[in-house]
Amino acid sequence: MSTLILKINSLMKNNFTKRLGNLAGNELLGKSLATGAALIAIVSTVTIVVFISIKGLSTFTVYGVSVKEFLFSANWLPDRLPAEGGPQVGVLAFIFGSVIVSMLAVLLSGPLSITCAVFIVEIAPFWGQRFLQPAIELLAGIPSVVYGYIGLSVLVPFIRDNVGGLGFSVLAGFLVLSVMILPTIVSILTDSLKSLPREYKEAALALGSTRWQAIRLVLIPAARSGLVTGVVLGLARAFGEALAVQMVIGNTRKIPTSILDPVITLTSAITMDMGNTPMGSLWNNTLWSMGLFLLIMSFFFILVVRYGVRKGGITR
Amino acid sequence: MNSRIADRIATLVFWAGALLVIVILGAMIVYILYHGGKYISWDFLIKPPQVVRAGGGIGPQIFNSFYLLFLSMVVTVPVGMLGGIYLAEYARNNKLTEAIRLSIETLNSLPSIVVGLFGLLAFVNMTGWGYSLISGALALTVINLPLMVRITEESIHGVPDSLREASLALGANHWQTICRVVLPSAFPGLVSGAIITSGRVFGEAAALLFTAGMSSPALDFTQWNIFNPASPLNPFRPAETLAVHIWKVNTEGLIPDLRRVADGSAAVLILVVLGFNLAARWLGRKIYRQMTAT
Repeated sequence: MSTLILKINSLMKNNFTKRLGNLAGNELLGKSLATGAALIAIVSTVTIVVFISIKGLSTFTVYGVSVKEFLFSANWLPDRLPAEGGPQVGVLAFIFGSVIVSMLAVLLSGPLSITCAVFIVEIAPFWGQRFLQPAIELLAGIPSVVYGYIGLSVLVPFIRDNVGGLGFSVLAGFLVLSVMILPTIVSILTDSLKSLPREYKEAALALGSTRWQAIRLVLIPAARSGLVTGVVLGLARAFGEALAVQMVIGNTRKIPTSILDPVITLTSAITMDMGNTPMGSLWNNTLWSMGLFLLIMSFFFILVVRYGVRKGGITR
Repeated sequence: MNSRIADRIATLVFWAGALLVIVILGAMIVYILYHGGKYISWDFLIKPPQVVRAGGGIGPQIFNSFYLLFLSMVVTVPVGMLGGIYLAEYARNNKLTEAIRLSIETLNSLPSIVVGLFGLLAFVNMTGWGYSLISGALALTVINLPLMVRITEESIHGVPDSLREASLALGANHWQTICRVVLPSAFPGLVSGAIITSGRVFGEAAALLFTAGMSSPALDFTQWNIFNPASPLNPFRPAETLAVHIWKVNTEGLIPDLRRVADGSAAVLILVVLGFNLAARWLGRKIYRQMTAT
């Protein structure tokens, strides 16, 4: 009985490998499969852009809202009755919120990331690669909802009790984001510092500079393109992050006056209102327009990385 | 001696920065595991959640996360690998390759909420599937495809050219060479890449809010007919994942034992994601050792 099973097994195996062999031998089939898969990337990108654009532009085409009012007015009254002057949809407060929170996050995270990357590559390669790099990789793997949840359960009460305000604030938002984008910037910068020729550092040291002078005057300027790329990609991540931010910023629809005020971003407005506004209504359409704005922003970030960065160093 | 003092100070600052990052990370993980760990029990892991009463578990959410992971990877791995093979082996320096690279870069930098919106239009409304596992899986595929392509391409670039040339010299054609020589040599990188991608699927939430939905029907785990709406395997039912559940519980907060569910869920999520990361490293290394030792 068992020999029979073995026999059948070996037969099946042989047959299977043979078929796989035939499949693997077919150059045309393989090449077209690979090409098809690569084309899927183009098709999905184009589809996303077209779909989001069509939906996002309907605010302006169907409802006749002017682009200027949409972008530069902070009057957000999407459900005001016609008798009181009709709805107004200015999303300046949302745009401002997104920009301020992600900018502050990069301002805090940028220097700290440079410190970490230089530490890993130049100061203490042993400790850096033993402890810091795995730590950063773990940070990169932690899901964004977990950051939001820690912000909500630790950071927000801490700010409320020790700093002031409600705790839900610009401050909480950018602190959560700055930890979140740290791995992005560090890994890019580490790569670009590692790719510098060793002679740079050796020449600087041979000329009598200290290690700090070599880092400050030679290595960091030489890795500038990697630095810019890392910061821009970090900014892009911060700008597009939805849930972690939504949990800690309080989401009041007006422009904050201090760092302890609650604030709202484009992403959190979409998250909160998409589910409870009817498809095709003006309110819902403005949410799609915000989505389109986010899409345009991510194109802008890509352009900056591709063409705004001078050659030298590695961009990934 | 001024510059020397500056050098000392700078070194101190670098150490301090590195320590700060490790402390932040350590504190986060210890906090989650300490607060959430004590709530993890079999009961919590298998019971369905409660909407307004205390005592709910996260059973369906865990199942949904893993099932969604499976569905999404079934599409992501083959397409991503083939795309990576194209870029590494077949792509010439022309406009088409440039367009493919630009597309992959774009997909990679899209905010996941935008992918969620696209999923809502394309997979939820246009196809008429509604909030469903399949919509969520496809949205996640869009998010993870660029990563899988990049990992495949990098792994293939790591394969020495001499292997390729030897295979071609023995009369194998290009595709045979890729399947029998290049891919097996790139295997460790591919495996750890696929696992890291899986970890990302597990933690993703923003793209799933409007695709897989924020609810889970009552599941009957004895019902294996995949067309039955109560069947856990039915790909056309809405499915709230663990990551989405953490967000929902924290923001809606209708249940009295909110802390327990939120802390416990976060601990489970972190444990799974850390498990994925460790597995990726360990497995990649192990396969590499086995392949190179013989």
